[in-house]
Formats: sequence, structure tokens, C-alpha cells
Amino acid sequence: MILLKKLLNIRGFNNATSSIVAIFAGLLFGFIILLVSNPPQAVEGFIIILKGGFSTGGKGMGQVMYFATPLILTGLSVGFAFKTGLFNIGASGQFIMGAFAAVYIGVKWTFIPAPFHWMVALLAAAVVGGLWALIPGLLKAYLNVHEVISTIMMNYIGMYFANFMVKATVYDSRKALSMNVAESAVLPKGGLDKIFYNPIGSSGAVDLSTVNSGFYVALIVAVVMFIVLNKTTFGYELKACGFNQNASKFAGINEKRSVVMSMVIAGALSGLGGGLLYLSGASGRHIKAVDVLAAEGFNGIPVALLGLSNPIGIIFSAIFISYITLGGNYLQTLDFVPEIIDIIIACIIYFSAFALLFRNILPRLLKWRTDAAEIKNEGEDE
Amino acid sequence: MSILYLVVQQTMFFSIPLLIVALGGVFTERSGVTNIALDGMMIMGAFTSILFINQMQGSMSGQFLLLIAILIAVITGVIFSLLHAYASVNMKSDQIISGTALNMFAPAFAIYVARMIQENGVQQITFSNTFRISSVPVLGDIPIVGGLLFKNAYITTYIGLLILVISVIVLYKTRFGLRLRACGEHPHAADSVGINVYKMRYTGVMISGGLAGLGGLVFVIPTSTQFNATVSGYGFLALAVMIFGQWKPMRVLFAAFFFGLMKTIASAYSVIPILSTAQIPSDVYKMIPFIATLIVLAFSSKSSQAPRAVAVPYDKGSR
Repeated sequence: MILLKKLLNIRGFNNATSSIVAIFAGLLFGFIILLVSNPPQAVEGFIIILKGGFSTGGKGMGQVMYFATPLILTGLSVGFAFKTGLFNIGASGQFIMGAFAAVYIGVKWTFIPAPFHWMVALLAAAVVGGLWALIPGLLKAYLNVHEVISTIMMNYIGMYFANFMVKATVYDSRKALSMNVAESAVLPKGGLDKIFYNPIGSSGAVDLSTVNSGFYVALIVAVVMFIVLNKTTFGYELKACGFNQNASKFAGINEKRSVVMSMVIAGALSGLGGGLLYLSGASGRHIKAVDVLAAEGFNGIPVALLGLSNPIGIIFSAIFISYITLGGNYLQTLDFVPEIIDIIIACIIYFSAFALLFRNILPRLLKWRTDAAEIKNEGEDE
Repeated sequence: MSILYLVVQQTMFFSIPLLIVALGGVFTERSGVTNIALDGMMIMGAFTSILFINQMQGSMSGQFLLLIAILIAVITGVIFSLLHAYASVNMKSDQIISGTALNMFAPAFAIYVARMIQENGVQQITFSNTFRISSVPVLGDIPIVGGLLFKNAYITTYIGLLILVISVIVLYKTRFGLRLRACGEHPHAADSVGINVYKMRYTGVMISGGLAGLGGLVFVIPTSTQFNATVSGYGFLALAVMIFGQWKPMRVLFAAFFFGLMKTIASAYSVIPILSTAQIPSDVYKMIPFIATLIVLAFSSKSSQAPRAVAVPYDKGSR
């Protein structure tokens, strides 16, 4: 009992419980939908979702990490904006613009020597993503345009613009995809190829996962963001502006500059995510140049919400989202449609919108019980 | 002259759904709840009603079928919006997060159900368009005006304009409208004179849901013969229209026509002589409505007067 009480007093624990409750509620709802739509296979299908990336062994787990990498970045982007009082719903546009910049440099700028090529491409992805977010940032700070609307518009503009640019410069019309980036622009494997693969037969040949050192980059960036937000004056100022712009202005913080900086950093994170996903060789992802907003950008929102905008929490929530998304893809072996995962994720966000309730009422309820039990115990002692 | 007719007719097709949905946005925001789930609600409304048309078009057709479909779209939107109302009024949760959740839910749900119940497992729901009125009796014969407004029209166009008139009357000439606006400006003051703020906000959100559901159907019918679980970001454009229209119905009308025209240029450039000769890729044209929106917002937001209490959950105990 004392242990439970102590746990309840730790804020991080309380916060995590609210996310976990939301996840459970979302999964439960998903199971109900499976049951309604196809009762005989529902249990089997649900198990596939839960098994997620594990369904296909070492390669599967590698794929989970590969698809978690951009989610960590877009999650950080949305989460960072949340912490500074902004809602960056435009991660999708920033992501695809960053992706285009990285692929363009990866394909065209082959004059850069090998170890620097992918670094330059990643840097460009971050810069372009940041610039894409600079516009809504400026509009918000100086012209009072709500960032939700402006970033949504920037999403569509970014999507069409990236499609246009990809088709004009780095398009492989035979495959209807963007071209492969040069070998020197592919992110190094960083030892991950030694862990995440499936052996083919007994000849020693392997079916490699696409995961690469981009995952390390994502982890490092998450730690850096944690330090920036929690240990620096700069991060403190940005957060202060998020809480109360007028108070921050009164305290001598340049609140307009802070809003612009927050948006630019958020955009740079999303753009970097685009770079990390697409600089991955022939087996990795390519830009399709179709009129669909990048899902990685939107999935950054549930990732940030589940991770409670905490950079470290975001790492875990990104891996989780990537994990069940892959599980959804394996669902097609049964008579199911992978969109069930999007439904589950939507439910998880919906329930995490109730987070406040969970966070305040759940511990109080438990506490009340323990208190009541203690009072009862004391009464018996006398 | 035929090009002018075409442009005006196309503009109507694009403007009317924007008008209807943006008016829905006006109702919800005036009650103090922001609703970025308009897009999702459009998708849900369009989905159920198009599915209904798809199933029933063998046994009935024409305006009667359309009217029932409209009813279904409105009811779907209202039911779906209850989720948002519950989250934002009862649970006092972040309205943007709840809206985002519904926006993600709607297309996934539409695709999932379409693929599960259609025999061939495709996500597109096709329908045959039997709803076009080639010429409205009497009115269609008026020179010029008849050709512009009463030929190749849909009954939904006139319903949209009717909704505009009703909205103006309800918002400004009825006790309900006054109370609704009060809840969006100063809910505590409204509460202190005995208005049930929760009920008003529920009503506002439900009206927006119904109108958004209808808007979804109205958007799909004239512009396509299939529904593919998307309304091309129209719900978001409607939000921009609402802001550009300063939360006032008549201004929303002009804003909707402006965006409708932009959208027409984006989609019909190939038949407009000056634009079709210039060798510009379609992607560039598709950007136009969104860029125009941004520019217009940049110029109109500085002095924009959103309802004071919008997006702030109402808590009786707070000061």
C-alpha cells in the first residue's frame, strides 16, 4: 500500500498511467470493431496486432525501428510545439519538404565526399523543414494568423510543391517513385545490420532490415531536445511564452521571436525526420509523389500526446505506434483491412484528450481508497 | 459565354459546400467550442449518404433519393459530432486534440467499412449521378441569369442558400441565437442569467456536425461519381472561410465564393483558354486555393475578432 501511495506521488508515473489507460481503451475499441466486422477471425486478428513487429522475427523488429525513426522526429516536433504553446499540425508538410531536400541532395550533389554527403543531406532536410515552418511562425507572431489553420494550408502547399519538385528533378518515371539516392548519401548501418535480419535458408544469406543509424540520430536528437527544454534558459523562455505570452513579455522575453523560434525548431525536427526516412538506399522508402499527405506527419500527433510531449516519452510512444502499425500490415493475411490501426490510433488520441481527467481523478480515486483503508486500519488498532 | 457559364456553375459546386460547412463552423465557434473536426464530419456524412445512394440507386433515383441521402448525411454528422461535444463540454478536454482524433478516425473508418462490406474489397464507393437538374422550370428560361444560376444545377445549391438565410435569422433574430452567442463570448455571464451553457454548446456542436455532414455530401455529388474517403481538405478550407468571414454569415458567403472561384481555377484551368495555353503543371494549380487562403488570412487576421471564449472549456467553478 505504501509503495502504491509513493508511486502515485510521482508525477511521471501518474502521467504515464493516463497514456496507458488511453492505449488500453483504444485497443479495446479496436477489438470490438474486429469482433463486429468479422467475428470468427477477431481473436486471431487482435493477436496479430498485439504481436506487431515481432510477427516476422529480427527483420520485423528492425522495420519497427526504421518506421519509428521518423515518428520520433515528428513526435518531437509536435511535442516541442505543444510545450511552447503551439499546435504544429503541419508536421506533414515540413516532413515531405525535408524529405525532398534530402533526396534531391542525395541524388544530385554527388560531388560531396562520402562521409559528408548524407550529413549535408540531413542538414538540408532540417533547414528546409525549418524554413517551411518559418512562414506560419511569422504569420502567427506578427499577423495573428492561428497556427493550426496556417500549418494545415502549408501541409497542402508542401505536398503539391514537393510532388511538383520531385517530378521535375529526381523522378524515376518507370517506377513512379523518386530515384535512389547515391550510395554515399545512404545512412550507414551503424552495426544495426548485425542484429536485425532474418536468415534465408542455411547458406548464410540474410534478409536485412532497412533500419540504419538514423535511429541513433533520432535518439540523440530526443536527448538534446530534452536538455534544451528542461536545462537551458532558451528552452525556459520558449516554455514561458507557451504558458503566458503577456507575462513573458512583461518579464523581458521577446515573445514574438520565441514563437517564431519554436515553430522553426519544430519544423526542422519534422524535416529531419523526412530526411532520415528517405535516405535509406534502394530497399528503403521512396517519395511516391501522389496527392496524399504524409502519414508520418499526422502520426506525430498521437506520438506526442502519448509521450506527453516529453522527449524521452516520445521515443517509447513512437516505437509503440510503429509497432502496432506494422502489426496492422500483417493483418491482411486475414480478411481484415489495415485501416483498423488508424481507427485504433484515432481512439487512443480521443481518449488521451481525456488525459486531464485520468490524471486528476484516477490517483485521487486510488488515494481515497488507500486513505479509507488506512483509517479503517487505524480504527482497528485502537 | 459558355465558358463564363461553366466557371460560374463550377464555382457554385465548390462554394456551396464551403458555405454550408463554414456556417456550421460559425454555430459551433459562436457557442464557444472550436471544431477542427469539420473535415472528419464531412467525410462521415458523405460516407454514409453515398453508401446509401450506392445501395438504393437500383430502386429509386432523382431528387427523392437525394433528399433522403441529405437527411442521412445530416443525421450522421450530428451523431458523430456528439463525440466532440462530449469530449469538449463534459470532459473539458483539449478541443483541438479531440478534433484531431475525429479527423483521423473518419477516413480510416470510411475506408475500413467500405472495404469490409463491398464485395470486391475496394475503398471507393461509386454512384451514378441522377440528381442534376438540367434546367429549373420557368427560372431556367430567364436570359443570362437563368443560364448562370438555374441550369445544370443541383437542389443542394438552393438548400445551401436557404441554410444561409436561416442561419442569419437564427443567429441574429431569435432568442436562441442571442443565447448561443452569449455562451461564446462570456459563458459565466450567460450562466448567471440562467442559460444552460452546456446545453447551448452541445447544440452548437451538433448544428455544426449536421451542416458538415451535409456539406460532405454536397461536395461529393456534383464533382465526382465516386467517394474515396476524402473531401480534399475541404473541412479545413471551411475553417479558413469562417475566419475570413469573421464569424458572420453574410461575410462567410463572400469568403466562400472567393475560395470557390480559386478552387475552380485550380480544377478547371484546362478549359479556360488563357490558362490552358500556359504550360504550368497541375500541381501548381492545385496549390492556388491554399496559397490564396494563407494570403487572405495574413491580411484579415490582424484585426480578427474570434468569439472571446472559443476553445476554452466552461467550468462553472472557475473565475
